[in-house]
Amino acid sequence: MESLYAITTGLLSACGLYLTLRGRTFPVVVGLTLLSYAVNLFLFSMGGLTTDGAAIVNGPTAYADPLPQALVLTAIVIGFAMTAFVVILAMRARGEMGNDHVDGRKHDDGEERR
Amino acid sequence: MMGHLIVLPVVLPLVAGIVLLYDRHGRTRSKRLIGVGATALLVIVGIALVARASTGEVSFYALGDWQPPFGIVLVLDRLSALMVLLTALLALGAVVFACAGDDEQGSNFHGLFQWQLLGINGAFLTGDLFNLFVFFEVLLLASYALLMHGGGKARIQAGVHYVVLNLAGSSLFLIAVGVLYGATGTLNMADMAARLAELPAERAGLVSAGALMLLVVFGLKAAILPLYFWLPRAYSAAPAPVAALFAIMTKVGIYAILRVYSLIFGEQAGTLAGLEQSWVWWLSLATLVAAGIGVLAARDLRLLVAYLVLVSVGTLLAGIGMGSPAAVSALLYYLIHTTLVTGGLFLLAELIGLQRGKAGTRLVMGRPLQKGGWLAGLFLLGAVSVAGMPPLSGALGKALMLEAAEAGQRPWLWPMLLGTSLCALIALSRAGSTLFWRSQGEAAGQPLSRRRWFGVAWLLGASPLLVILAGPVSEYTLATANQLANPAIVIDALLNDAGDAP
Repeated sequence: MESLYAITTGLLSACGLYLTLRGRTFPVVVGLTLLSYAVNLFLFSMGGLTTDGAAIVNGPTAYADPLPQALVLTAIVIGFAMTAFVVILAMRARGEMGNDHVDGRKHDDGEERR
Repeated sequence: MMGHLIVLPVVLPLVAGIVLLYDRHGRTRSKRLIGVGATALLVIVGIALVARASTGEVSFYALGDWQPPFGIVLVLDRLSALMVLLTALLALGAVVFACAGDDEQGSNFHGLFQWQLLGINGAFLTGDLFNLFVFFEVLLLASYALLMHGGGKARIQAGVHYVVLNLAGSSLFLIAVGVLYGATGTLNMADMAARLAELPAERAGLVSAGALMLLVVFGLKAAILPLYFWLPRAYSAAPAPVAALFAIMTKVGIYAILRVYSLIFGEQAGTLAGLEQSWVWWLSLATLVAAGIGVLAARDLRLLVAYLVLVSVGTLLAGIGMGSPAAVSALLYYLIHTTLVTGGLFLLAELIGLQRGKAGTRLVMGRPLQKGGWLAGLFLLGAVSVAGMPPLSGALGKALMLEAAEAGQRPWLWPMLLGTSLCALIALSRAGSTLFWRSQGEAAGQPLSRRRWFGVAWLLGASPLLVILAGPVSEYTLATANQLANPAIVIDALLNDAGDAP
C-alpha cells in the first residue's frame, strides 16, 4: 500500500507542477489544485500509514496518528479558499487584459504588449 | 491583563478587522477612526511587549492552557517583541497616509489592513511550525486583496504572478512541515530543537531535506536571488500605503529564516547545525549584485524603491549568512532602519507622483511640484538614509555590518555592500535631479493632505531618531542576538516551565 500511495502522490504532484508551469491561467489553476491534493495526501501520510486502526487514541489498541488528520483538515480549508480566490482572480485578469495568458500577452509571439 | 499581553497583537487586529467588515461601503469616518485607533493601540502593546522582553526573560502564552509541546503557543522573546513593535510603527504611518483617500478607492481597505497585521504579528509570535504556515496564509490572503485594492491592469497582472507563486510556495511549505513532522514527531519549534539533539542518524537526510525546502519557502517570501522576480512588479504596482506595509513582508521571510535556523538548527542540532549558512551567504551576495543592477536600471521612482527593498534584503541575508552574534545584531539594527525608511520612500513616491500630472513617478521631465522644497527635503533625507550615507541611520547600520564581517568574509562582503550603496547613490541622485530640477510648465498638482505629510514624516523621521537612539537600540539588538545564539534559553523556558495560565 505504501508504494501505491507514494506513486499516487508523486504522479499528482508531477501533473500539478507541469500544469502550473503552463502559460494560460486555466491550466495554472488546475495545476495548483492538483498540487494541493498531492500535498494533502502527503501530509496525511506523514504520521505513517495505519490500516484498521482507531482514528483517535483509544486505549492500548492500535491507533492512527491524529495530528496529520488535523493538519490536513486545516490545509484543505485553506486550499479550498485559495482555489476559489485564484479562480476569481483569473477571471478578473481575463476581463481586464482581454486574454488569459499569465503575462497578459495577446499572442504567443514572445513579445510583450502593453 | 498582563498575562494576556502576548496574545493581544493577534486578537486586537482580529477584532478590529471583524468590526470593520460590518459595512462594505460608507461610514468612512468611523472606519478610519477604528483603523487608526487599533493600529495606535498596537503601537502601545508593542512598546509594552518590548519592555517586558527586554528583561531577557522568554515568556509564552499557551492558548486554551494546553501546555507545550502539545498545545499551540505564542512565544515572546526579544526578537519577536522587536518585530511586533516595528510592524506597528510602520503600520501606523501607512494607515494614516491611507486615510487621505487611498482607502476609499476600493472596499474593505481598513479591515484587510488589520488582518494583514494579524497575520504578520502572528507569524512573529508563534512558537509552532504549522501555525507559522497558518499565519503566513493569513497575511498572504490579506496581501492578495490589498495588492489589488483599487484595481487596474498593472495590479491585476502583478497580482496573478504574486498569488500563483505564493500558492506554489505554500504547497512547498506544507511538504517541508510534513517532512519535519514525520522525521521528528513534533511541530513545536522548541520541542523539535530538543528532539534534533537525539535524532537517529538515518533520519538526518530527511530532516536536512525538509530544512532546505523551508529555506526555499522563506527565501520566496524574503525575495532571495532566484526567487525575487515577483517583487519589483508587485511592490511598484501596489497602492502606496500597501507597498509601505509590504516593506515588512520581506522581513517576515528574514525573521522566519533567523528564527527557524537559530532555534531548531542551532548548536544543539549536531551535524545539522547551521546547514543553511553557506546557502544564505552566497545567495545574499548574488542578490546584492542583482539588486544593484536593478536599482541602476529602474526608470520609475516606485520601481527604484522596490529594488532598494531588494538591496536591503541582500544586506540582511548577508548578516544571517555571517551568523555571528555581532552580525545578527548589526542586521537587526539595519532591519529597523530599512523597514521604516523604505516604507517612507514608497509613501513619498506617491506624494511626488500626485504632483506631476501624467508623468507620475516615471523619471522623465514633468511639471514642477507644488511644495517642491519640502518634498525635495524629505527625498534628500530618505535618499541619504537608504543609500547609507552619514550622518543618518543607514550609514550606522552598514558600518555595523561591515565591522561584523570576519576576516575571511570581508573580501566578499565589503565590495558588494559598498558597491550597491554606490549604485543606490547614483540612481537616487539621478532620480532626484530629474524629479525636482528638470521640469517645465505650470505646477498643477493637487494640494496634499496633512495625513499624507504625517505618514511620510513619521516613517522617514525614524532615521534621524535611530541615530540619536543608536546606543540603546544597538544594545537591545546585541542582547537579542545573544539570546538567539543560545537556543537553550527558549527550549528551557517552553519545555520546563509552567508559563502564564490564561
